[in-house]
Parts: sequence; C-alpha cells; structure tokens
Amino acid sequence: MSDYPTPDAPSLTIPVPRGPLPSTPDRGAGPPVTLEVDGEAVTVPAGSTLLDACSKRGVDTPTLCYLETLSPVNVCRVCVVELEGSRTLVPACSRPAAEGMVVSTDSERVRLSRRMVLEFLSSSNDVETAPELQEYMERYGADPERYGSRNGQAATQAQPTKIDNELYVRDYSKCILCYKCVEACGVDAQNTFAIAVAGRGFESHIATEFDVPLPDSACVYCGNCIGVCPTGALMFKSEHDLRNAGEWDESQQETTDTICPYCGVGCTLTLHTQDNRIVKATSPLDQEVTSGNLCIKGRFGWQFVGGGKSGSSGS
Amino acid sequence: MDLHFTSDRPSDDEISAVDALLGPAVSRWAGGERSDPAEGQTAVGGHRTSGRRHLLLPVLHAVQWRVGWISRGALNYACRRLDVPPAEAYGVASFYDMLSMEPQHAVVARVCDDIACLARGADELCSKLEESLGPAAHSGQRTPSNWVRSPCLGLCERAPAVLVTGAGEQPSNCVSAPASPSSVLRCIRFPAPGVSDRQPAEVSVPQAGDASLDLLRRIGSSGALSLDGYRASGGLSALRLALRKGRDWVLREVEASRLVGRGGAAFPTGVKWRAVAGASGTKYLVCNADESEPGTFKDRVLMEGDPFAIVEAIAIASYATECERAYVYIRGEYPRATERLRFAIAEFEEAGLLKSACPIEIRRGAGAYICGEETALFNSIEGYRGEPRNKPPYPTEVGLFGKPTLVNNVETLANVPRILLQGGSDFAAIGTEGSRGPKLFCLSGHVERPGVYEARFGVSVRELIDMAGGVAGTGKLQAVLVGGAAGAFLAPNELDAPFTFEGMRAVGATVGSAVVMPFDDSVDLALILLRIAEFFREESCGQCVPCRVGTVRQDELLQRLREGRFIGSMDQERALLQDISQVMRDASICGLGHTAASAVDSALARFPIFSRSHP
Repeated sequence: MSDYPTPDAPSLTIPVPRGPLPSTPDRGAGPPVTLEVDGEAVTVPAGSTLLDACSKRGVDTPTLCYLETLSPVNVCRVCVVELEGSRTLVPACSRPAAEGMVVSTDSERVRLSRRMVLEFLSSSNDVETAPELQEYMERYGADPERYGSRNGQAATQAQPTKIDNELYVRDYSKCILCYKCVEACGVDAQNTFAIAVAGRGFESHIATEFDVPLPDSACVYCGNCIGVCPTGALMFKSEHDLRNAGEWDESQQETTDTICPYCGVGCTLTLHTQDNRIVKATSPLDQEVTSGNLCIKGRFGWQFVGGGKSGSSGS
Repeated sequence: MDLHFTSDRPSDDEISAVDALLGPAVSRWAGGERSDPAEGQTAVGGHRTSGRRHLLLPVLHAVQWRVGWISRGALNYACRRLDVPPAEAYGVASFYDMLSMEPQHAVVARVCDDIACLARGADELCSKLEESLGPAAHSGQRTPSNWVRSPCLGLCERAPAVLVTGAGEQPSNCVSAPASPSSVLRCIRFPAPGVSDRQPAEVSVPQAGDASLDLLRRIGSSGALSLDGYRASGGLSALRLALRKGRDWVLREVEASRLVGRGGAAFPTGVKWRAVAGASGTKYLVCNADESEPGTFKDRVLMEGDPFAIVEAIAIASYATECERAYVYIRGEYPRATERLRFAIAEFEEAGLLKSACPIEIRRGAGAYICGEETALFNSIEGYRGEPRNKPPYPTEVGLFGKPTLVNNVETLANVPRILLQGGSDFAAIGTEGSRGPKLFCLSGHVERPGVYEARFGVSVRELIDMAGGVAGTGKLQAVLVGGAAGAFLAPNELDAPFTFEGMRAVGATVGSAVVMPFDDSVDLALILLRIAEFFREESCGQCVPCRVGTVRQDELLQRLREGRFIGSMDQERALLQDISQVMRDASICGLGHTAASAVDSALARFPIFSRSHP
C-alpha cells in the first residue's frame, strides 16, 4: 500500500495503434444526401462535409485551417455555421453532411462568431502577409482595435523572426496556430515530425523539441510547411529578404509551370519569377504527383539558376 | 520511424527511471547497447514499438518523479524507447503543469490560490511563504523556487490547501490542509516517502456514520479500507448478483434507475452502457477521475474513503459491457486517492474478482484541467496532447484508441452497486421528475462545516448551506457559486431553488459538479471573477481560437473594468464582454470554452461588481 508513487505498472504488451481520429468519412459510400443550406435544397454525395454542401450551393465559406490536401483539424472555427437542432455552431469543414440538415451560413450568430475569430486572430497576430485573412476581416467588419493590442494592453504573439538557416524563415508573430505545418510535416505529407504544437493555451506554439534551431532538429527542408502556411509565418528566405529590401512585388511576378529536373518522379514545379529571376517555387495542390508537396531539391534547388547567392547548404 | 535526436544524453538516474517502467533497452535502436551483431542490418521497431506510444505520459511521470524535471537527454531516451518523435514528445510534456522542462527543486510546494482557498486565507498564506521562501516559481526563472501557485487542488473543504511533492528514489507526497506556513515548511524540509496526510478521509464527510446514507455510508467505517472489511460490510454482493443475473439484467436495471452522469454533462448512464454493450470488437472502459473543476472534491473523497466500492462498480460496468480493459484516469494532484485505488485494484485482482470483468489500470494525469474532458482524456492516455476531439463521433462509437468506450465519472459509478442491490426502479423513485437518486454536493467557501454532503435530489441550495452549518465568515451571505467555475453565481434571494437539473436550469445555472460555494459580504467578488477568468486562461488547451484567445481577452477585459481603465466607454466594454462570451459559447470545440464565461456572465447580471468607480 505504500508503493506510491513508484511508476504505475501499465501493461507493456498491448500494442494498440492509435485509432482513427474523428474526420470526414469515406466518400461515395451510400446514397447522396439532401440538406437545406440557406433556405435552398442541396444534394451532395455521401461523405461530403457541410463545407462541400455550402460550396455546391454557391456559398463562399471562409477557411483558415482547412486545406483539401490535409485532414481537417477544425481549430480556427472561422467556417462555423448554424445547424438546426445543435446547441452550438458547428465547423463546416469537418461536419459530415446528413440527410435533412438545415444549415444557415449567414445568420447573426454565424457572423458574430466569424467576426470575433477574426478579431481574436488579428489582435494577437501580425496579419500583414495574410491577404485571405485581411479579406475576411473586411467582409465581417472585424475591428482588432477593440482589445488594445496597439497600446500594449492586450497579449499578442509578437516575437522576433527566427532565422536559423538559409532556406526559410519562421515568423511566429504571424502564426495563427492552424496546425497545417504540423500536419504537412507529419502523417499528412512528409512523415518527418520535426515540429509539433508545444505549450498550452495562449502560450501554445509550433516548436521543435525544446525549441532547438531547425538545423539541430529533424527538419529535412522539404518546405512543405511553407506551402501550406496561410499567413506567411513560414516564408522562403528569398521572399523574406526581398520584402525586407522593399523589392517584393507580386504584381510584377509571373508563374511558370515546369517539371522538376532532379529525378524521375516528375513533380510539377510552379516557378515564381520577378525581374526574370526565380523568387520561389511551389507546386499546385491539385497536381496528382505532388498534391502540392515537394522535396528540398524541387523547393529550393533552383537557386543555382540565377547564379550568385547559393541557397542550399552551399556544401 | 526514422527519428532524429539531438546529441543530449540521459543521466544514469533518468535511464533507470525509464527502465524501471519499460524494462531495459534490448537494442541500440532503443537507446541501449548493441547486443546482436546483426543489429546494424536489421531494424527494431515497427508497430510493436510505436504501439507503446500510450506509455509516453507514464514514462515522463517516471522521470519527473525520479529527477524532478525532464531534461533533453531524458526526453531523447524516452523517445528512443517508445519510437516517438522528440518534437511530439516535447509538445506532450510541455502541455502539463506537473512536468517541468527546466531544472527545478526536487521538493516543490503547490499552493492552491484558487477561489475556495482564496476565500479562506490563501493570499495570506502565499505572502507568508513569499517572506520565507522568496517569490513563487514561474517559467524562465533563473533560480528555481521551492513553491508554485496552483489551480484548485480539490481540497476545498480543507482550505487553504497545499500539496508538497518530492522527487527521488523514494518520491514523497505531503498534503497539508488546512495549511499554515509552518506546516508547509515542515513538508518541504522533511519530505517523507510515500503519501502523508495527517487527516483521515472522513474529516471531509461531516455526515460520516449516518446509517441512512447511500453513497457515503461506508466512509470512515472499519469496512472501507480492506477487502475483508469491505466484504463484511456488504461489499461485493452487487458484483455477485450481477454475475448471477447476467449482463442484460444489469443493463436493464441501470436503464430503469434513470441515473444520469454525475461529472457535469448529465447524460443518461443506461443509454451509454447499452450503446457500448451493443458495439462489437474491442471496447474500453474509462473511469474519469480527473476531477479538476474548482470547488469539486466529491470524487476524491469517494476514492479515498471507499475505494473498493469504486473498483467493484468498475468491475460490474466492464462485465456488463464486455470491455477488454478499464482505465482509471486520475488527476496527478490526488496522491492518496491514487494509492488507495491502486491497493483496492490489487486486492481485487489477487482475489480473482476481476476474472469476469477485465484488467483495471490506473493512469495519472499531470496537471491539466482539460484532460477531464472525455476526448482530451483519451488523447492524454494515448500519449498525445490533451486536446479535445471534435464530436461527433461520440466515445461510445469512436473512443479510446479509436474503439467504442464507456466513460463514467467516479460518482456515477459509485451509484451502481446500490442500483443493483435495491433495484433500478427503487433508485428512480428517489428525487424529482428530472433528477433521480441520491447526490453528492461539494460545500466549501464560507460555510461552517465544509465537506461532501449526501442529499436526495430536490434539496434546495439553502438547505444544503444549512446542512453545512450555515454561512460562515461574517455570517452575511453575498453570493453563492453553484456548479463550479464553469457554473453560475446565485444571489441570496435565489437560494430556494432546488439543486436539480431542472431547478438549476430555471435560474440560469447548472448542476455541473454540484459545487455550492457561498461567499460572505467581506469577499471582493471582482477578485473571485478575476481568479476564475485567470483559471480558464491558464487551462485552455489552446487548440481552438475562440477559447485560446477568448479566455485571454476576457481576463484582460475584467482587469480593465476593475481598474477603471476602459477602451472606449464602459458600455462598449460590456458589449465586448458579451461578444467574447458568445463566441466562446457558440464556436469553441469543447465544454471548457462553452462555459468559460458562464460564471462571469451570471455574476455581472446579478451584482453591480464593476459599476462603482475604482481608485
């Protein structure tokens, strides 16, 4: 009886793989589903989400943590809609559509929640490089000044930019904790697990183990986290440097699709050029080979083209 | 998994703490020595290793209890042994208050400064400790301190409360409640191995010995703490009856009892049991003993005072629903309850009483209120951050390890033996139309005799306060917090409301965890509200935006109101507070966010708290 607190003796032998997380069910199993969205009937295939149903109805739903290539985590809550019979609002991005549902996407309650989410984010974060978020703020009339973050009365995520390698920078004052980079680094794409959410509450943040610099972590510099970041918190060093020099100008940029020359997989590269120099490389989300993902070579291996500055490791 | 580690090495102590739990490392892959020359060519790992992810929290506990904190080397070793990416393990470890990621004293006093203790001298205790020990610890401190301020320790009836934990080969837990500066210093200077608490469990049950009690009947009696005594006092007869009459009979009786969950959500227990019993394949049972709602201590008292009854109920539930394994998830701040339950489980096992049920395992929390939310609890057991999952699907379909899971609160389970022995319909005859059975209430704050009280549903708030000897302190009642920090404040003219689900709903409150916490007129309610706001700010898991930021903005706004430092006008601030409250209630993922503004809203609707001008 006095053995406390020697370690518990849990069973060591039950290999229990983690169960499926709540997510969208398999598509296409079962008959189509008919529901009402903003007063109009919509029919969607079985396994669709409310977000799919809203899109089908022509309703533009704001999303921040949602991406079609990642499992929905439904944490930003900007996509919430009102569902008849539900005490609370529900996230459109992950709630499966069911027969007979009655959904409102523009009620007072929905507008208030969306506006507040946007105010919460914009009063905590630097949204300078988050055009989508800014557009939503305008749409819902979000006013971040109500919280006093400008004159230091409100807690914010303000912190110095982390520049610890030559390929990309991390400015977590812009991070809205959408979990996309963690998913892209983990089982949804790269399976490298270099980053995770650490801490709790408002102190939660994206981190390597003990917040060690990226070169000491498991990071393989695939840059797939940059590809999914909705706010510019993760940014090509090339873009960061041009912005700092006041030379970044998207209106002057062109994109060119090509195939990555490094190996035989055949990933589509979208090269972004400004003044006839490549400034970053991405891949289309709907490209069947990549689903938007690349490796270090495709993502950063173009820097030799322009000559001069060597980016990739320089070894 | 191809993992990457920093070069930090574990110390011998750290290795031995981990190995004591997992056994020695058998290969170099897992951080040991190369034993097989072919090891360079063959990998060890795969599902057999990664299937042990659920041991991450126990391993982190083991290191914390041995060394007092978790170093980089220790985390690396834990990750090698369990095949967990270090970044993820860091994310898990940094989630919990009781795990330290920085060097810390081996012995640390956790001093509760939450609402119940605040009303009974926590502030004074803290300033005395500050005089003798220096300021309380906070993260990033260069020289660690011996004491830290803590959210509710679940010892509200013995306020002010302190838990002193000591790491080492023989860890120590010293409960000091009611605490004085000298009792705390004694616990820090002379840590005694094991669990020490000078007061027996029954001090928390003023009704102890009353033969008419149901749930608290055995507490304080000679039958409570040994298997023989338990048997002699009528224990085990419900389990025997269940085994004789069969599963379906048990399910029918529980359904007929109309028992609803006592953890706060009030879901019909019979419906849950039936759903899990009807599911096929592997199923789990979880006894939710992560009681962390400020003002709540009923489950602790049950586990400390009548542990065999809880184990018997778990055995009955797992038999009836055919679960493969049962977990008791108990908060890390409950050392004596943990020790007694562990003993009771071992006694049951040795006597062969779990043969028709299933193995029962204790898992300890590590300081996170949110892990009392059932899906956050699953993630915590599985070795992930205690972040709630989106519902649906519900635990009866997709629960622990993705399997159908029966989750019941401790008090809910404690009703089960009685239901079987005296019949479900007999149970259902107690109480009111919407609220059936006996119920435990947690009386603390300004009452003469704080403690756990048993009463039949239908009893009013006033009657409960009278049972506890009436209003203490100045004797003049200002307000009563009911249901917990996630509950609501009532005004003195609302005390005749029956403390039932329907009665509380009628006055805009909830039963919650059946907290009744009166405050006399000397208490500054603004301070209590600020402490509640701070509690939610610190305990939000941080996953969803409405709660992560909303709890912070609520706290900031209340501080502005208190200091009369408005942004815009007072009216604008009040309107903003309403907006914050609504988005948390409407758009948060889980119950923490949904109720984080309830108590504040209810208080501001009833009392002119911030309307006076302030210095």
